[in-house]
Amino acid sequence: MELLKNARNIHVVICSGTTCYLMGASELFGIEKVLEESLASRINLEGSPCMNLCKGGSYGKAPFVKVNDTLISTATIPKVVEEIRRQASL
Amino acid sequence: MLYNNTATHIRRELLVKVASMAFRGTLTKEIDRIPFEMIPKEKPSIRCCIHHDRVVIKYRLMAMLGFALEKESDELRPLSSYAEEALDRVQVEDPVLTVIDEACSACVQSHYFVTNACRGCVARPCVWNCPKKAIQMIHGQARIDASLCVNCGLCQKVCPYHAIVKVPIPCEEACPVGAISKSPQGKEQIDFSQCIYCGKCMNECPFGAIVERSQILDVIRALQSNKPVIALVAPAMVGQFPGEYPQLVSALRALGFHQVYEVAHGADETIVREAKELVERIHSGETFMTTSCCPAYTRCVGIHVPELKPYISTTKSPMLYAAEKARQENSESLLVFIGPCVAKKGEALQSGMVDYVLNTEELGALLVAKEIDIPHCEPALILNTPSACARAFPIVGNVSQAVGKKVRELAAELEVKPFVVDGMDRQNIKLLRQMVKTKPEGNLVEVMACQGGCVAGPAVINKPVAAAKKIEDWIRKGTLQIKETEPVKVHS
Ligand code: FES
Repeated sequence: MELLKNARNIHVVICSGTTCYLMGASELFGIEKVLEESLASRINLEGSPCMNLCKGGSYGKAPFVKVNDTLISTATIPKVVEEIRRQASL
Repeated sequence: MLYNNTATHIRRELLVKVASMAFRGTLTKEIDRIPFEMIPKEKPSIRCCIHHDRVVIKYRLMAMLGFALEKESDELRPLSSYAEEALDRVQVEDPVLTVIDEACSACVQSHYFVTNACRGCVARPCVWNCPKKAIQMIHGQARIDASLCVNCGLCQKVCPYHAIVKVPIPCEEACPVGAISKSPQGKEQIDFSQCIYCGKCMNECPFGAIVERSQILDVIRALQSNKPVIALVAPAMVGQFPGEYPQLVSALRALGFHQVYEVAHGADETIVREAKELVERIHSGETFMTTSCCPAYTRCVGIHVPELKPYISTTKSPMLYAAEKARQENSESLLVFIGPCVAKKGEALQSGMVDYVLNTEELGALLVAKEIDIPHCEPALILNTPSACARAFPIVGNVSQAVGKKVRELAAELEVKPFVVDGMDRQNIKLLRQMVKTKPEGNLVEVMACQGGCVAGPAVINKPVAAAKKIEDWIRKGTLQIKETEPVKVHS
């Protein structure tokens, strides 16, 4: 159990396709800076090309972020942090 | 203020909607629906009621169609009719900013406000010290009469309870030249004879009441016409989008641009000419010269610091050299400058050299409307590479560095001392005013209206620090690439 708590097992994917970027994804990369060290060391942060969630007029919901299997739309730093905390405490 | 907030979100969403409709050719048919789609009756309103919200959306759309809201004569005129007119227009026009007075919340009249912390003390230093007798005691508390208050702030300083607060008017506070002020009705209005197009008010207004008049429709029409359209891409754009610059080039081609031209090539020309000019000026005994590439700065000098005008380099901006070159190669083409700047719209109009200007956000909206994902684009092959110095122009300090370096090549005996004015706030404009008399601590003065350089322009979508890093990374990589592919020179 201890081992698991220390592993980088929270996978955060910030969509950096054109739509998500236009709707503010660039700012979300600042997330590591606002997380405390114990959490920051557990996340694995990466960008992704368009995840195909923005098509069909749903660009209003961009930017999209995935925290493991949980999808966050209209993502903001506080929203993503909250989800990371939730998963970290599982 | 942070770049991403509800106001920016709404603006970008609207831009995408307008662009999609325009590309599909359904703009006049569909545009009147947008305010209702954006503000459906089931959702809570942002302002007093959904009707007000919808009217504000309508005005935002009018500005996106390119209209000056100050000129509205018939409130009943539907968006579709504006769209029709916009689709027929042959020429875009000045001024490039406009105020949505329905969105302006008419912030406080007086900047100072007495809070409940006021104890109605016996000493009453506020009443005693107010030079305009604007403070009275009402029900045991001080009250400021806004019609008399001159915003001197003395009352705030003398209150022993810190009961008086300063409530700023963000747009007025942001404007470095006092060009924006309240109309007798209490709404903000821009005096365009004073405005320098720096765009600072636009980002600072929490109600998003100050907006750019967009040229997206004109650009979309150009792309759909049979004329070749050339994108003149500002070096700052390298830091603005996901993916790498060669992918952005492909994305622009996919959008319909026939050719993508790096404005950094123009910057290379600017470097050489400005360096030569500085050498000449120093030889003829002049003490300093300022750069000329920032259009908000040159406009500011023209209007507010005329005595500094002779010191501005007569060298043209990178955009204009790039435009000259592109025109020479293809006189039939339409030129679209793409950058993070509001003032470039003004410069394009005044010079007559560039047909249209798109800002970062507007280009982003066109790409989204066309569902072009930059990270998915094949990188284009870039054959003709500008210098690293030229590509670094959008980061503050680099223009004077580049020119200085060139001067050393031309006249090794001259010492170039750059002096950088980073950002035009009130303080720095004062500094510019004094410069002619007191002489700056350098002989090459670089002035950037935006603090940090163009990477911090009013219409960026990436954070300035991140954008600057991306540009630097690309310069490193870009120059490496050329080294690898450069043909081996054979000495004869
Ligand atoms: S750009 Fe993020 S889902 Fe398409």
